[in-house]
Amino acid sequence: MARKPLDYEELNENVKKVQYAVRGELYLRASELQKEGKKIIFTNVGNPHALGQKPLTFPRQVVALCQAPFLLDDPNVGLIFPADAIARAKHYLAMAPGGLGAYSDSRGIPGIRKEVADFIQRRDGYPSDPELIYLTDGASKGIMQILNTIIRNERDGILVPVPQYPLYSATISLFGGSLVPYYLEEEANWGLDFVNIRQSVAEARSKGITVRAMVIINPGNPTGQCLSEANIKELLQFCYHENLVLLADEVYQQNIYQDERPFISARKVLFDIGLPLSREVQLVSFHTVSKGYWGECGQRGGYFEMTNLPPKTVDEMYKVASIQLSPNVPGQIFMGVMVNPPKPGDISYLKFATESKSILESLRRRARMMTDGFNSCRNVTCNFTEGAMYSFPQIQLPPRAIEAAKRAGKAPDVFYCLKLLEATGISTVPGSGFGQKEGVFHLRTTILPAEEDFPAILSSFKNFNDSFMREYEGYSRM
Amino acid sequence: MRRFAADRARRAVAASLRAAASRSGAPSPLVPAPRHPAHPVGAAAMAAAAMARAMSTATKGAPAVSLDTINPKVLKCEYAVRGEIVTHAQNLQQELQKNPESLPFDEILYCNIGNPQSLGQQPVTYFREVLSLCDHPALLDKSETHALYSSDAIERAWQILEKIPGRATGAYSHSQGIKGLRDEIAAGIAARDGFHASGDNIFLTDGASPAVHMMMQLLISSEKDGILCPIPQYPLYSASIALHGGSLVPYFLDEETGWGLEVDELKKQLEEARSKGITVRALVVINPGNPTGQVLSEENQKKIVEFCKNEGLVLLADEVYQENIYVEDKQFHSFKKVARSLGYTDDDLPLVSFQSVSKGYYGECGKRGGYMEITGFSPEVREQIYKVASVNLCSNVSGQILASLVMNPPKAGDESFESFMVEKDGILSSLARRAKALEEAFNSLEGITCNKAEGAMYLFPRLHLPQKAIGAAQAAGTAPDAYYAKRLLEATGIVVVPGSGFGQVPGTWHFRCTILPQEDKIPAIISRFKEFHEKFMDEYRD
Repeated sequence: MARKPLDYEELNENVKKVQYAVRGELYLRASELQKEGKKIIFTNVGNPHALGQKPLTFPRQVVALCQAPFLLDDPNVGLIFPADAIARAKHYLAMAPGGLGAYSDSRGIPGIRKEVADFIQRRDGYPSDPELIYLTDGASKGIMQILNTIIRNERDGILVPVPQYPLYSATISLFGGSLVPYYLEEEANWGLDFVNIRQSVAEARSKGITVRAMVIINPGNPTGQCLSEANIKELLQFCYHENLVLLADEVYQQNIYQDERPFISARKVLFDIGLPLSREVQLVSFHTVSKGYWGECGQRGGYFEMTNLPPKTVDEMYKVASIQLSPNVPGQIFMGVMVNPPKPGDISYLKFATESKSILESLRRRARMMTDGFNSCRNVTCNFTEGAMYSFPQIQLPPRAIEAAKRAGKAPDVFYCLKLLEATGISTVPGSGFGQKEGVFHLRTTILPAEEDFPAILSSFKNFNDSFMREYEGYSRM
Repeated sequence: MRRFAADRARRAVAASLRAAASRSGAPSPLVPAPRHPAHPVGAAAMAAAAMARAMSTATKGAPAVSLDTINPKVLKCEYAVRGEIVTHAQNLQQELQKNPESLPFDEILYCNIGNPQSLGQQPVTYFREVLSLCDHPALLDKSETHALYSSDAIERAWQILEKIPGRATGAYSHSQGIKGLRDEIAAGIAARDGFHASGDNIFLTDGASPAVHMMMQLLISSEKDGILCPIPQYPLYSASIALHGGSLVPYFLDEETGWGLEVDELKKQLEEARSKGITVRALVVINPGNPTGQVLSEENQKKIVEFCKNEGLVLLADEVYQENIYVEDKQFHSFKKVARSLGYTDDDLPLVSFQSVSKGYYGECGKRGGYMEITGFSPEVREQIYKVASVNLCSNVSGQILASLVMNPPKAGDESFESFMVEKDGILSSLARRAKALEEAFNSLEGITCNKAEGAMYLFPRLHLPQKAIGAAQAAGTAPDAYYAKRLLEATGIVVVPGSGFGQVPGTWHFRCTILPQEDKIPAIISRFKEFHEKFMDEYRD
């Protein structure tokens, strides 16, 4: 009988090409071990609540009330919900005719998009148009939508930093485009190297690729570096001259652990530069409720903001959004509360500020602890986690370890990470999942385990690593 | 401040020049083409020359992302449900807000989209209680919570949270959805069908639509891949096929026989597509139908299953309206049940069943909850589906919880059961009454014939328009049904979707109208519609 349509061989090749290591081999092995009863510490994905971070109280109260509006009529509601949460729930219900159960505007509830625009204006000092802000089921959906709009065929190239968050490589594969890598400089704390960027572009063009867009992840994932204002300025000028749309993944903008380079949005820098760039450079900026100190990954709340896209292109974005009908409404409300949080004087302000501060300060401490912890290990060097949620140490694997990996049919960093998992239960993602220079190995872990668990985790890692190194460095051959 | 490593740059350029010089004939992007002077110039000058070249190859003038340069598949796809007529309606609505007296009606009535709660349908109380508690699990630790929530909702919330590691509803879940909830859904499917279902075969998604997209992505590699779709169809299918670069292979439902689905028609279209070099990969069946509302008979379904088996097609069964049946003589049978009752096991027939929390009696569109149940796929293929699902990490957790509630609602004996049944029966019986009232109203009008809505949420009346009206539409540069829909909107504020948005036999005209406005509004809608239609027919009387 003829091949069946869903035989493996018949599948869309683009689907087969996709790789997404964050939930790939290591994660699947860790899940298997967990089922067998082994204690696993999942540090493969930026998923704060899964590692014990508590949700902020106020947004949960607001959404719980929006979910069950009949509570608002109950005289006892004030017993378990503070008055400002009640008022805020009414505020969002008034914006959402039909409540949480109705499809909203395909671009998101207009009132919430206005709250996002107001947030952007307060943050950057420049006005933002709610009509150009689209809420999405998580930032990932927005990124996929934009890339789908840009990529026409395999000759369209997207500049992506290496190492990168593999949503980009996966999506580019899925849509049949070409990934044009630009390497971040590990020796310069994962800094930008414009010579390399220009080289990559020229090389791509010589192969007949039209480079269309440039992705920046700021703060970086997995690398954590925070771009300076000068960096972003140079990037924007580069995009202007090379006619690229800049895709600014800024989902970690609240996660900053040093004071030399606070977060500055690509949009702010663009408008600071002024004309002609501020009117010419096309920019799409992404944000989410999944990171920061909120960590509400499971809600799937995000947005993208378009700058300098022609109205007809925006219309097409609207059309594509409308096929999906609307982003989930509870996620939209989380976004509203995130960009419009309790203010000083509000009943819930103190609790909200205390909860937020505690999370951010702890993340800052953990970023330092983890960097230092890795740097104290044999053959491990680790750049400081300036921002985001990850640590990306370099592991200098001895040649014998690399051979052993080869014999086992695994990439060297996968081999190391599997051994680490089996010895300690720590589930990481091998650096090959993010991209790295040839012959240089890393792993990505998160700084998210509870602070009190850090000493044990770091010493467990050190014990494993140092004995692994002893085993594979061994004595030289005769 | 970042160093841009000028020294390193110079060294890198020099190194690549040396490398290029030592490789015979291999072009290097930083080395000038042969006609340029071959002897080395200063490294900095080389870098500058390279930059200048790189700059000149950029296409200045045409912006990176413009209508000329975006993905043509995006341009090609259409989605009429939120298309032109809706934009027009929104503009009129804004006018009404500014100037309440300016139009011949008080309000816009959106009958274009299956969005029940936007038109006043109330959510199921028990579901919302459980979701509210799961949104804020800290409530479960307070004794006062018992004063506000029913005790079985509290109990259910506990049970659900037990299935979520750490009670963390804010964490990314497993990419297929929380295991315990999938198992509950599988149990619900098994109870519904009388055949085993496994939680491992379920992928929870942000509504049924993303699941449909995932399958199209898997099945379509090029325009040579065809998907059989009913005409008329819900335009998610045509849009998704266009977006993924495939070919829609239409099969026509028969209006004369209550939108009947004939296997002969399927065969005919399949063969014609094949003769054109198209590899037909799947058959989409929407049951109950959208926009057509027909409920397939079990006999019919059996023939469809056999057809897919014989022709080697994946059966994509859109069953989101499974709880919306309004006629006594029809029942919902899932395609999985039909296949199993024919003796086909998991290995025999690739079948994907889609369900959603947006329809039924629950109507929770804004929650974006749904799933696909996949059976009959090899482990390698399932791995690929899992992989694609994992790139988006997971669907929203609240929607996952709701899907498990929909497939496992309160049972007899539960505290909330009686009030739940009152709400459920109330909504469903009202929908049945509205379906009938609107159908009768449409059929009472000159020039309109309307098949019964046996299920789903829509009526799809046929317009038998006078030639003069068709001429007027052509003169206005629109299709006759779009012209009619626009005139209807402007006279009455009622928004319907022209039939061309769904597909129809060429030369026939329809529109889709939902049955969702609240029951007390229906008489006024009917009379406004009648008034408009009679005037329209008089205006264009031949």
